[in-house]
Amino acid sequence: MPDGALPVLNVRDLKTVFQTRGGEVHAVNDVSFSLKPGELLGVVGESGSGKSVTMMSLLGLLPSPPADVRGGTVMFDGKDLLCVTQEELRSVRGGKIGFVFQDPMTSLNPVYQVGFQIMEPLRKHMGMTKRQATARAQELLELVGIPDAKRRLNDYPHQFSGGMRQRVMIAIALACDPQVLIADEPTTALDVTIQAQILELMKELRDKLGMAVIWITHDLGVIAGIADRVMVMYGGQVVEHAPVKELFNDPQHPYTRALLKTIPKIHGGRAARLTIIEGQPPMMTGAPTACPFRDRCDVAFDRCAAENPPRYDLGEGHDAACFFDARTGGPRDA
Amino acid sequence: MLDATKKPLVSVKDLKMHFPIYAGLLRRRVGEVKAVDGVSFDVFEGETLGLVGESGCGKSTCGRAVLRLYDITSGAISIDGREIGATPQTALREMRPTMQMVFQDPQASLNPRMTVENIIKEPLDEHTKLSDAEKREKVGELMDAVGLNRKFAKRYPHAFSGGQRQRIGIARALALNPKFIVCDEPIAALDVSIQAQVVNLLEDLQEQFGLTYLFISHDLSMVRHIATRVAVMYLGKIVELAPRDGLYADPLHPYTKALLSAVPEPDPSLARSTQRIILKGDVPSPSNPPEGCNFCTRCPSVMDICKRVEPEYREVHPGRFTACHLYNDTIDTAGSTAGHEAEGHTQ
Repeated sequence: MPDGALPVLNVRDLKTVFQTRGGEVHAVNDVSFSLKPGELLGVVGESGSGKSVTMMSLLGLLPSPPADVRGGTVMFDGKDLLCVTQEELRSVRGGKIGFVFQDPMTSLNPVYQVGFQIMEPLRKHMGMTKRQATARAQELLELVGIPDAKRRLNDYPHQFSGGMRQRVMIAIALACDPQVLIADEPTTALDVTIQAQILELMKELRDKLGMAVIWITHDLGVIAGIADRVMVMYGGQVVEHAPVKELFNDPQHPYTRALLKTIPKIHGGRAARLTIIEGQPPMMTGAPTACPFRDRCDVAFDRCAAENPPRYDLGEGHDAACFFDARTGGPRDA
Repeated sequence: MLDATKKPLVSVKDLKMHFPIYAGLLRRRVGEVKAVDGVSFDVFEGETLGLVGESGCGKSTCGRAVLRLYDITSGAISIDGREIGATPQTALREMRPTMQMVFQDPQASLNPRMTVENIIKEPLDEHTKLSDAEKREKVGELMDAVGLNRKFAKRYPHAFSGGQRQRIGIARALALNPKFIVCDEPIAALDVSIQAQVVNLLEDLQEQFGLTYLFISHDLSMVRHIATRVAVMYLGKIVELAPRDGLYADPLHPYTKALLSAVPEPDPSLARSTQRIILKGDVPSPSNPPEGCNFCTRCPSVMDICKRVEPEYREVHPGRFTACHLYNDTIDTAGSTAGHEAEGHTQ
């Protein structure tokens, strides 16, 4: 990861609210992060923690209403993506920013040949002729490791297996040489042996093409193997953010600590009993006025119910949104 | 743990479940999907047998076939001393209270139009002659046992979260005091922090009621936590069955090795240093399995014989079964029962 390089993507104080019959749901609260060229940022969180909504907000992929991106800036390529016209946004999506969705079964169009779907962004964004696009599409399928690529271009999605379809999705996302690739749980629907194949492929492609990747997942094991930096989300907020080794060796937020303890390991000692996080994730109705994790937290104190903790900088690119200082074992000063 | 005095509660011999494929204008039978193709195992009283494998390997079908939710193609299943492999469905009804199931998707396996009380009460209505008051009391006890608030008995499933819904499913399975429960991916649809809650609950209930589980899952780390012994399935067959610690410390079958090495480890320094075995290609179709060993198309240590002869599933070390030609030379130890647990300990 090149140090000191200018970030390709810089998100500040992003806020997304859904209007529902039950009131406003604050799905994303003041999320800030940046992404350097060639870096792989892992985003972890449970379902409903706002990780997908964050990424969809910054590309304007959420239908409005009910979604409403209330504020913040998303700087990409010298422009604020939240202020540009639909036209300009469309040229960024699928062009300079690629997106891989979670479910390879439903995100490909079943009635078009795979080749057509890979060529679509090439012709729309790059203005290639059909012949050029076909050649490039074949190249891409070979790049993602699909054997017999030329013939497979004429196949329909149902003729591919799950892992192969995910490779096709990655090929489409890579079609226009994106600077940033956003992968939303790309391996969740796949089996472990296929997941291992895709993870290897992503690492290889990242090194070969030098793009920055945002990898959304709920699996800490995947993150440990692939990410450079990790952002942990809970209740629509970033609760901890650190380089990957820091995060696993020295987690500072109680949620991260609890999460790391709940997952059983495949090697090493086997716990007689799993540690659990009591309670349920928060509902997120209304603007947050307190720490979202306080009800399930084992170190919460009165301040946690009165204020929402900001992200405290802990040095070396590590920050955590918690009033409790795990290093000193006491509350942080204001 | 496991010793010679334990007797098998469930015994499955050469279980086959083939589904016909019909095609063409006349819907003629053109072949069959061999979802489960000759599976044998025992589940001992009070133990948890983990059944792992990738999607489509037949593990769920196997679990459902053992409970005779299907009319099986062939094979013998004996549960609690009774042979049920060929028993007609109507005669199975009286056996149902001893064997129950917890389903994967708590959203789909609960009737949205029934209250929690009615859902948990339904097996009592069907199989017992308790009075209404007694049933209500029993439902209350079950809700306590699985950690649900009794006050919520009149609510409908939609009012509950995923983890709570799975608790309702577990309470329903417990209603008739079963001995044997098949848990079909009970935690797959749940969030990480909720998974641990449900697994702990299952362990508590096992201790409290002396239950025996067949725990079907694709999550190898969770199976390592909950299971006493583990069976690994690939393409309709069990390729390896071993006590937990032995299997995870020293897997015998190449598929088990690859599967274990593919599990992402939540430890960055370890995750980057371990050498993964990356399997090439995909699982073949169960309607057209390869000749010889089912795994020969992807096996890193494939030999000539593997493409011709199907390996025999046998006990190669005490308590450790595998179907692989790599262990053809090991002496057949079938029949010996001692030292199951002494074998291959971890760490």
